[in-house]
Amino acid sequence: MVKKIVYLDNAATTRLDERVLEAMKLYFFDVYAVATSQFGYSMGIDARDALDDARARVAAALGAAPEEFIFTSGSTESSNLAIKGVAMALGEKKGQHVIVSKIEDFPVLYSARALEKQGFQVTYLDVDERGRIDLDQLRETITPETILVSIQAANQEIGTLQDVAAIGAICREKDVLFHTDATHSFPRVPLDVREAPVDLVTVTAHLIHGPKGVGGLYVREGTPLVKWMDGGFQEFNLRPGTENIPSAVGFAEAVELVTPEETARLQDMRDRLVEYLLQIPHSRLNGHPTLRLPHNTNVSFRFVEGESILLHLDMRGFAVSTGSACFSRSLEASHVILGIGGNHERAHGSVRFTFGRFNQAEDVDAVAQAVADVVSALRKISPLGKE
Amino acid sequence: MPLPYSEIVMEHFRNPRNVGRIEDPDAKAIEGSPACGDMVAVYLKVDSEDLRITDVKFESYGCASNIATGSIITELAKGKTLEEAKAITWKQAAEVLGGLPPIKVHCSVLAVEGLHAAIQNYEERHGLVKERVPTTVKVVRRRLKRVMNPVVGLDLVRTKLVKEIEVAEGTVRVVIDLPADHQFAANIREEIVEKIEPLWDVDKVVVKFTE
Repeated sequence: MVKKIVYLDNAATTRLDERVLEAMKLYFFDVYAVATSQFGYSMGIDARDALDDARARVAAALGAAPEEFIFTSGSTESSNLAIKGVAMALGEKKGQHVIVSKIEDFPVLYSARALEKQGFQVTYLDVDERGRIDLDQLRETITPETILVSIQAANQEIGTLQDVAAIGAICREKDVLFHTDATHSFPRVPLDVREAPVDLVTVTAHLIHGPKGVGGLYVREGTPLVKWMDGGFQEFNLRPGTENIPSAVGFAEAVELVTPEETARLQDMRDRLVEYLLQIPHSRLNGHPTLRLPHNTNVSFRFVEGESILLHLDMRGFAVSTGSACFSRSLEASHVILGIGGNHERAHGSVRFTFGRFNQAEDVDAVAQAVADVVSALRKISPLGKE
Repeated sequence: MPLPYSEIVMEHFRNPRNVGRIEDPDAKAIEGSPACGDMVAVYLKVDSEDLRITDVKFESYGCASNIATGSIITELAKGKTLEEAKAITWKQAAEVLGGLPPIKVHCSVLAVEGLHAAIQNYEERHGLVKERVPTTVKVVRRRLKRVMNPVVGLDLVRTKLVKEIEVAEGTVRVVIDLPADHQFAANIREEIVEKIEPLWDVDKVVVKFTE
């Protein structure tokens, strides 16, 4: 039997909402044709309609036209397509310089590194101690060779939000394309492409109680983008492959189930947990105190190590995450904590708590108490912080 | 429990033996540092007559692997003579613990080194150390056997990653047969420096990667 846990790792993935599954079922068992069969038989027309409808619903959450939104297999693919697709479209025509921030998530960071290996120049923008980029520095970094700026809407670990509208305005003024990875903020933190001058936006379903394996990319009309996976002509000839209609429908359903009221509820939990955890001695908040994801709390505890905290919390039934090197597969401390000027030690004792729909108010009190107990027990056996 | 650790590791992690500090120890050592991750402190009480470890305690600023190894290594050392305790290897500790995931080996090795360093500290304090040996390629190679290749959990020498060692006028140059952008390059470099730099006649450690 699976033991009941309080899951506070909703930035890793989330539990599927039953209503999403219900909406998807029809497209597994009854309307299972592909959309491209619309000229052959009526089930194909139904499939096509379902795909169009799902596309329009997700696009609407971004203020986009349906033709400006393509479905992908998830954020990783979306960001790869955006960055490499623009590089292939403009690398020879315009220039070979790309700008990203130091604390981007891996799909953006490693897409940029892949371009570097092909001879592109990449600038990794610094962030301040709360995780925000400096807009003036961005402006100064853009050269006539610059083809793309890719700055995330929200950070995956510390939750810091960037000023997407202001970054977009600078890019527009300098005539440079702007991609933002909104994986962790969409659709809880509003982003409307009619107001924010952004050309490409990465989104995903599985962080909002939707299915895994489906995401999307907003592509503003007229954005030069080269398709680099070869196959059929699906998704406006940008992303080949049999359309994943059940997942597209599930994505649309998941987007619409997110409400401002729910987000406000998560934000209350976030703030209450921050308040509790900062009462523990030698603790500090990572990221921005207010400009942060509504469901993200990230705190570092000195003199103790993250993996040890996680295992003790697991024994007490809580699932959380850490930026400790001991927890990463590369044995490297979180590049995000290091990026905000933190040292190895701060990453070592950092713990991320992320809330979701299935968390209850009492989870906050329970986890806060458990963390206080665990940190105190581990400090007793630590050689540091005694004097 | 669906964890990469054995039941024995988890048991020692949950209830570590011999934790804490010995006030007025006969010897102590700290291995690792907050700057590079895990850190472990080992304290010893030694009978000066028969050089037997009468009490041993440890403190850990580390992960489960580090804590469990600290626990088992102090269990193994208690009551042994210094010579017997010196012979305790990481391999023995890992076997008693029912194995460790390869990637967690270095955190575990650190705890074993803590014990060895504490014994060395006792010998230095009590004039039991023989003459200081100058650092040679052989000495460096022996130390590199304590640096893990985290990919497989075996040391750099055994996995044939040490391509070249040069010792000249206080500078030790080591060439590792990995690309500089390898997943573990930074980590390996850090550990090599950590192991070689404390040698009494070494001023500088240069770690190079092939390609």
